[in-house]
Amino acid sequence: MTDRCPGRDAPHLAVIGAGPAGLAAALAAAARGVRVTLLDAEPEAGGQFYRQPAAALRARRPQALHHQWRTFARLRHGLARHIAAGRVRHAREHHVWFAERAPDGGFTVHALTGPGRGDPAEVRADAVLLATGGHETVLPFPGWTLPGVVTAGGAQAMLKAGLVTSGNTAVVAGTGPLLLPVATGLAAAGVDVRALVESADPGALPRQARALAAQPGKLAEGALYAGQLLRHRVRVLTRHTVVEAHGTERLEAVTVAALDAGGRTRPGTARRIACATLAVGHGMLPHTDLADALGCRLAGPAVHADDEQRTDVPGVWAAGECTGVGGAALSLAEGHIAGRSAAARLLGAPPGPDAWPEAARTRARLRAFSAVLDAVYTPPPGWGERVTDATVVCRCEEVTAGAIRASVRELGAGDVRTVKLLTRAGMGWCQGRMCAPAVAGLAGCAFTPSRRPFARPVPLGVLARAGEDAGGDGGRAEDQGEGDGRAAGAGG
Amino acid sequence: MVGAACALYASRAGLDVILVDRGPVAGGTTGAGEGNLLVSDKEPGPELALALLSTGLWAGLAEEFGTAVEYEAKGGVVVASSTGGLTALEEFAQGQRAAGVLAEPLAPHALYDLEPHLAPGLPGGVHYPQDSQVMPALAAAHLIRGSGARLLTGHTVTAVLRTPGGAVRGVRTDRGDLLAPAVVNAAGTWGGDLAALAGTHLPVLPRRGFVLVTEPLPRRVRHKVYAADYVADVASDSAALQTSPVVEGTAAGPVLIGASRERVGFDRTYSLPALRALAAGATRLFPFLADVHALRAYLGFRPYLPDHLPAIGPDPRVPGLHHACGHEGAGIGLATATGHLIAQVLTGHPPDLDLAPFRPDRFTEESA
Repeated sequence: MTDRCPGRDAPHLAVIGAGPAGLAAALAAAARGVRVTLLDAEPEAGGQFYRQPAAALRARRPQALHHQWRTFARLRHGLARHIAAGRVRHAREHHVWFAERAPDGGFTVHALTGPGRGDPAEVRADAVLLATGGHETVLPFPGWTLPGVVTAGGAQAMLKAGLVTSGNTAVVAGTGPLLLPVATGLAAAGVDVRALVESADPGALPRQARALAAQPGKLAEGALYAGQLLRHRVRVLTRHTVVEAHGTERLEAVTVAALDAGGRTRPGTARRIACATLAVGHGMLPHTDLADALGCRLAGPAVHADDEQRTDVPGVWAAGECTGVGGAALSLAEGHIAGRSAAARLLGAPPGPDAWPEAARTRARLRAFSAVLDAVYTPPPGWGERVTDATVVCRCEEVTAGAIRASVRELGAGDVRTVKLLTRAGMGWCQGRMCAPAVAGLAGCAFTPSRRPFARPVPLGVLARAGEDAGGDGGRAEDQGEGDGRAAGAGG
Repeated sequence: MVGAACALYASRAGLDVILVDRGPVAGGTTGAGEGNLLVSDKEPGPELALALLSTGLWAGLAEEFGTAVEYEAKGGVVVASSTGGLTALEEFAQGQRAAGVLAEPLAPHALYDLEPHLAPGLPGGVHYPQDSQVMPALAAAHLIRGSGARLLTGHTVTAVLRTPGGAVRGVRTDRGDLLAPAVVNAAGTWGGDLAALAGTHLPVLPRRGFVLVTEPLPRRVRHKVYAADYVADVASDSAALQTSPVVEGTAAGPVLIGASRERVGFDRTYSLPALRALAAGATRLFPFLADVHALRAYLGFRPYLPDHLPAIGPDPRVPGLHHACGHEGAGIGLATATGHLIAQVLTGHPPDLDLAPFRPDRFTEESA
């Protein structure tokens, strides 16, 4: 592959999100002669996935994690090389709140940056590639709002920031593959992990032998985590759930119980486990706000994308968890395809039907695998019954399960939007990102992503001036590559 | 909202009511409204008469439904941005007073007494104590529950059933027929479609509006505050985007910012120019809002008829069919009087207001 160095007139692609999908996309597009601006909210590229618990990575450099780390190192190196060559500008700490089609046919991406995220930044581009990732979901249970109860992803962030102190006690609970690295990461950091409470039965996985056989790496990863849990003496309780979190000022203990086949707790199995931290997660949901604001069609909770990772809006691609949650490896494959497709089409050479067979095969295999995981790691059907009327479900607006149930029973609500209108559940700062799946479950209706035109809150003073100088030709300050001027022939 | 009010007043007049909606409660324009109960933006005429009747009825319902519908008799403050504008506004208010509206001129000091956080240097305004507010989705849901009507959500009307003589005898839904000697078309922005199912014509069209919602704040905007040019926009026939700031605090904390108007059909994409204009207008009125975050925005489609008056009453072309739609941006406010008048007509009582200006057959086919 020959890297070309794009000139100022090269087509310009804005990639939103610098996780696995965005990184792979930016690299693939930049290597093919497209000018890329990579916007990301964090100071460093990597996204949520490569913000791995440092302790776990240091622990023993185990093979599977090492493999992921090598991949990330390669991506980071590639990014640095493209930045140095002026092919990619990495817009760090850019919090994108809106993206729109510009009147002249291009796109404008609106971000907030600077101290306090108060400064507007706009990027004009010929095409947009959404790699906005996903966010964690947590289903409520009595006591889940106590201090000390954190999300599984929140626990990972605490690990990274060094906020986890050795000697603490923790329980990791919920469902999904994310619980394993969280538990091992906490244990490796010296936390006494009293139990890993998984409501699903991962024993069901081997029955899906064909999809698994195609994933030796995934099996090795699973075996590795299992070995680590064993080494740290973490008790693994599958088909169990946290029934309630206890504490007055903050978390002191949890009650866990075994589940029957119908997802109900089995009488007589409840036990109390003392712990200071409960890390709980019930999987991920795609971030679709920017896609929705651009008018892209959604398929269920995710952005719809075709074989080339194109959305149904011309000029907008999507890759990674925002098109369906499936893990980092899948995001890499999708990002790579999206970046190549965008480059090919922006440079006027539409790809043939079999343009990237290897990436397409990887993508197909990983999607099949993630479908298997999805089928196994689903919240138990009886979770809603364990949520008492007094339990707060929407934390921003302090709406209880009882108010949600009453809106359905007495006021004629039948979908999430109407429940929201009648109870304010999901109207607060997080705009229902946290509680919408729970609200849907308790209201007995299907979860559908609600329409949120702003991907994050934006000061009215910024909104009032947004796009004021739209229509420029891309020569504005925000649009300059930070490697400009050093662009001579660094490509291979 | 209008359907809910019709159900409430018709039930209370002794009728057996079935309320049918293809979506959930408040699923159409009601769920996208601010809940304005305004007299201030209406010039003397049939709509103002309807608004004044509605205001009294809302106050009565507020006693009954209490805080459940978040009724607030907060009053409106209309602000002039120039001395010329103030003169025009005061003349407008003069006419309203003659028609029975409470409208108190505000010298600058009085204006800032009412709204201390307004931008400095404004020449004055008018205070409208009768303007008030409800939370529209809650209002619709509680009125329906209070009505005792049978509520069938998720039922789509696919046909209006008629006798060989042409009179309505009910509706067909995708989940069965519902027989009734009278059918009220309270389908709002989609009222024209329902009229067409009954074989008649009502040119209801959508006029898109956005509302910006801020993070929750301690109460700093006390009334419904808007700029005097709002009135001109409301009455305008233009298809182009118009925005004039309407700013108000809510019981729940967020500040709501309207009001944009554009005729773009049922386009549901979020338009940055419209949202930007709303933010700019609001920060001009209340500079402190520049640092306040917008959390979200929502959009809705106001049902408007060519002369900006609703269609209320029996349709002489189809015996048994009644219309209660086309209230444009005032449907929440005008719902009570509309429901009350429809109930009077359905039970053979003379209506409290002359319905002639609201006749559904006042449009020719061409006027659409």
